[in-house]
Amino acid sequence: MTTDTSVVEVTLESDLKKVEFADEISRRVSATAGFDEDDRQKIEMAVHESLINAIYHGNKNDETKFVYVRFEIHGDRLVVHIRDQGEGFDLNTVADPLATENLLKVSGRGIFLIRAFMDEFRVENLPGVGTEVTMMKKLNSSIKPNQGGTDREHEGHNTPS
Amino acid sequence: MSMKATTRQVDSVTVIDLSGRITLGEGCVQLRQLIRDELGRGNKYLLVNLADVTYIDSSGIGELVSAFTAVSNQGGQLKLLKLTKKVHDLLQITKLYTVFDVHDDEAKAIASYGKSAGA
Repeated sequence: MTTDTSVVEVTLESDLKKVEFADEISRRVSATAGFDEDDRQKIEMAVHESLINAIYHGNKNDETKFVYVRFEIHGDRLVVHIRDQGEGFDLNTVADPLATENLLKVSGRGIFLIRAFMDEFRVENLPGVGTEVTMMKKLNSSIKPNQGGTDREHEGHNTPS
Repeated sequence: MSMKATTRQVDSVTVIDLSGRITLGEGCVQLRQLIRDELGRGNKYLLVNLADVTYIDSSGIGELVSAFTAVSNQGGQLKLLKLTKKVHDLLQITKLYTVFDVHDDEAKAIASYGKSAGA
């Protein structure tokens, strides 16, 4: 980490009502980082979806568990870490929400949207600790909405979404 | 800001004006109940106006899909009106834009239900 990295850290209770608060922080951080409105919305949605997964699927709404969010503003990119205290999940087991048989499913689009809106997305299961999602968005790397998965693997899932 | 909804009847079509956030939790529950209530009243030609929806997440999209399926299963039609750019992009990226019948003009949308709805 370089000396010009700015960091914002937030700890949230596992309460879905806290997500809107984190959405607002996400908007402010991405604005500070210099992203345009389009990218700010994409980052907000990626953070939002990841938080939903952490609270709802990871911590299973257990309010004694927390979600730890860390925004790192680097010169040319924003990195977001979101860690829950859940048991983790395997990205390889999630279904493709664009497949014909899944198109009308109610859930399973969250991770797909995160992948579409961010430049990097990875999930690390930390035994005994929880699951940490890391997302990165480069400045000026706008992805056109209709490119959101045409040439990349698509993974939506039923749990988490 | 949570979701707000008002309904009005235009000919045989029930127009549902939504505003605010359609997200996992309150917004989705409200929308589900609203659709259930309309179907319960026998209103199965629904036009959902999303012009004032400020935010929708993947769960909100899923709820629209659920509503579409529920209405279709009752022999009705659920169509969408006035998508914001954000919602439009989300439906495009999730390939749902082709599933829903989407309109920008309310009068044309109402007319599109045709004789089956008595519109």
